[in-house]
Amino acid sequence: MSTTEHSDYIDSDTGKMGMWLFLFTELFLFGGLFIVYAVMRTKYPEDFHQAALELNAFIGATNTVVLLVSSMTVAMSLTAIQKNKPNIAIGLIFITLILAGVFMMNKYFEWGHKFSLHLYPGSDVMKTLPHGEIMFFGLYFMMTGLHALHVIIGGILLTIVMFKLKSGKINQEHYLLQENGALYWHLVDLIWIFLFPLLYLIT
Amino acid sequence: MNYNSSPTAPLNFLNHKTGLWSWLSSTDHKRIGLLYLYSITIFFCAAAVLGLLMKIEKFAPGETIMTAQTYNGIFTIHGIIMIFIVVIPGLAAVFGNILLPIMIGAKDVAFPKLNLFSWYVYITGACLGLYSQFAKGHVPDAGWTFYVPYSAEVNSNIVIALTAAFVLGFASILTGLNFIVTIHRMRAPGMTWFRMPLFPWSLYATAWIQILATPIIGITLLMVIAERTLQIGFFDPALGGDPVLYQHLFWIYSHPAVYVMILPAMGVVSEIFPTFSQKPIFGYMPIVFSSLAIALVGYFVWGHHMFTSGMSYQARWFFSLLTFLVAIPSAIKVFNWLSTMYGGSVDLKPPLLYAISFIFLFTIGGFTGLTLGSLATNIQTHNTDFVVAHFHYIVFGGMGFGFFAAIHYWYPKIYGRMYNIRWANIAWAILFTGFNVLYFPMFILGLQGMPRRYFDYDPKFQTGQMISSIGAFILIIGLIGMISNLVYHVRRGAIAPANPWHGVTLEWQIPSPPPHENFDEVPVITRDPYVFDNPYTK
Repeated sequence: MSTTEHSDYIDSDTGKMGMWLFLFTELFLFGGLFIVYAVMRTKYPEDFHQAALELNAFIGATNTVVLLVSSMTVAMSLTAIQKNKPNIAIGLIFITLILAGVFMMNKYFEWGHKFSLHLYPGSDVMKTLPHGEIMFFGLYFMMTGLHALHVIIGGILLTIVMFKLKSGKINQEHYLLQENGALYWHLVDLIWIFLFPLLYLIT
Repeated sequence: MNYNSSPTAPLNFLNHKTGLWSWLSSTDHKRIGLLYLYSITIFFCAAAVLGLLMKIEKFAPGETIMTAQTYNGIFTIHGIIMIFIVVIPGLAAVFGNILLPIMIGAKDVAFPKLNLFSWYVYITGACLGLYSQFAKGHVPDAGWTFYVPYSAEVNSNIVIALTAAFVLGFASILTGLNFIVTIHRMRAPGMTWFRMPLFPWSLYATAWIQILATPIIGITLLMVIAERTLQIGFFDPALGGDPVLYQHLFWIYSHPAVYVMILPAMGVVSEIFPTFSQKPIFGYMPIVFSSLAIALVGYFVWGHHMFTSGMSYQARWFFSLLTFLVAIPSAIKVFNWLSTMYGGSVDLKPPLLYAISFIFLFTIGGFTGLTLGSLATNIQTHNTDFVVAHFHYIVFGGMGFGFFAAIHYWYPKIYGRMYNIRWANIAWAILFTGFNVLYFPMFILGLQGMPRRYFDYDPKFQTGQMISSIGAFILIIGLIGMISNLVYHVRRGAIAPANPWHGVTLEWQIPSPPPHENFDEVPVITRDPYVFDNPYTK
């Protein structure tokens, strides 16, 4: 058992540990929905198969690529500030934010399409569907909706990071906030990596 | 809040800054702990009065002072306040905040600002809970468990109450996260894991449950909110959902939450027994590992709340078996506490009285828990007053008495003044008597078939109900006696020395009340936590 040193300020390792623990709680939050997904899929395998065919795997795949690239740019931005290149770091964060916007735009069109087909919880069309399909679309909207909320929160966080980079408050020595922002962004990415196959690919 | 009159330490955390704002904006872990203490005390008193009202209603069969609907509303808000606002944050947020950094030799928790933020989140949640009572519409009446389909369909302010529980859960997560990082990163030089006192250890086990289990209740409550507002019916059979699934998700959190309540109380008495026996704790390692074992196994016993809800036989015996297993680490602890007192110079002061009554009540609660965890007897006692008596023995007799033990133990440290010992002893005696007169008859009533949550009953239950109601009055008198003693002596009590109980953990080595930054210089730890080499043990 090693002893830890007595520290008076929030150092980088302490701050990161707090962030990792918070990310665990986020995973468990989605974990509850994954349990519901597993139970409902076991109960209604046929309906889930039918309902999943309604989703557009192309848009889903596009969004996966968009998020993966944005994860790369946010990681590159961190490397840039570590090498003391704040302008490149700011640019890369900006690209990440653009990609987040692209993701949300795709999501908007995707949801909009579902709404135009009256495929939303409580709609008249939804009520005529078999039980399993109702559950599938309920899960689809709740999971992607909660995920989209996380994209927005992550976007706000990264915007703050961008302004702090601009003002020099995040710099080569102190970049804990940027590192934690990047970690959060990777979580957003990671959860999507699970949602994409569960909802779009397993038909 | 003016504590300037305390002359023991000229400048301490209570008086180094004054004014209400200096408290509401303080990131000092001790002040935040006191903020929690005062808010929790207010809510506890309110919910205790609600409990008394229920007992007055049940003094005689039929409607006495309230209608059935009012009764439903009262037991719901009594449960919500007691569970989510008082007992779950309880010991960790109050005494964990005040003492954890001191006991591990740190100046503060790892994230002081986050700590203050948690309190504001907590207060927001608590106010939402109150708002559910006063907002337009009917008060929530679904019980603190919010079981579907009733909670999804009934026309009352359920959404506000669910949001309150969600927000309170968030505060709980942030506190747990803060404590884990604090314990990992902030220990003083030489304070190895196994030189850490047992209260921090219990907080560590608790904090892991808080961050791993609370998100599940968060998402579950969100799903009920979605069912009520967006018609996403995961629990609605008419849409293909499953109400029993709600019960699983709810208890995946809410059973571990029982250990969030009881583990810190176990940590408190693990501090009190060595100090008042002037003897090292018996079996330090088994206590540490039984805390971790309780945290781990306690995660997998949730099904025992649902033996009558419809589960396969295999699932039921599996959950029953694990329920019996989780009793073992608790029993190990009880054995160790008793062995700590054996052969020690036992000093029967109020903290020890509360700690011993903790063991007594917790043991009764634990054994009746096994009665409920057995598949056959559960059928008979499910949803009866037996269950209510059992969990009040655990939650109130365990966590509650642990809390009272803690406040009597650390009171002179926190305020630098001593309460009246004789007064405290008398209040304890009334409280302890009232507690047993109130809750013990409910075991018998439950076995006889008295269902829980009924505002009326068959006249054959009247004797038991009446005794129980009388007990409620005695209990309330005891509570008033205890709280008034503590409140009265915050400013008027005799000046307490830095170490009135001859304790050996770090908090007793600094002045009372502690200075703003706890330690003048960083302490260096060179030995185990419970070494008594003062003249009293020689």
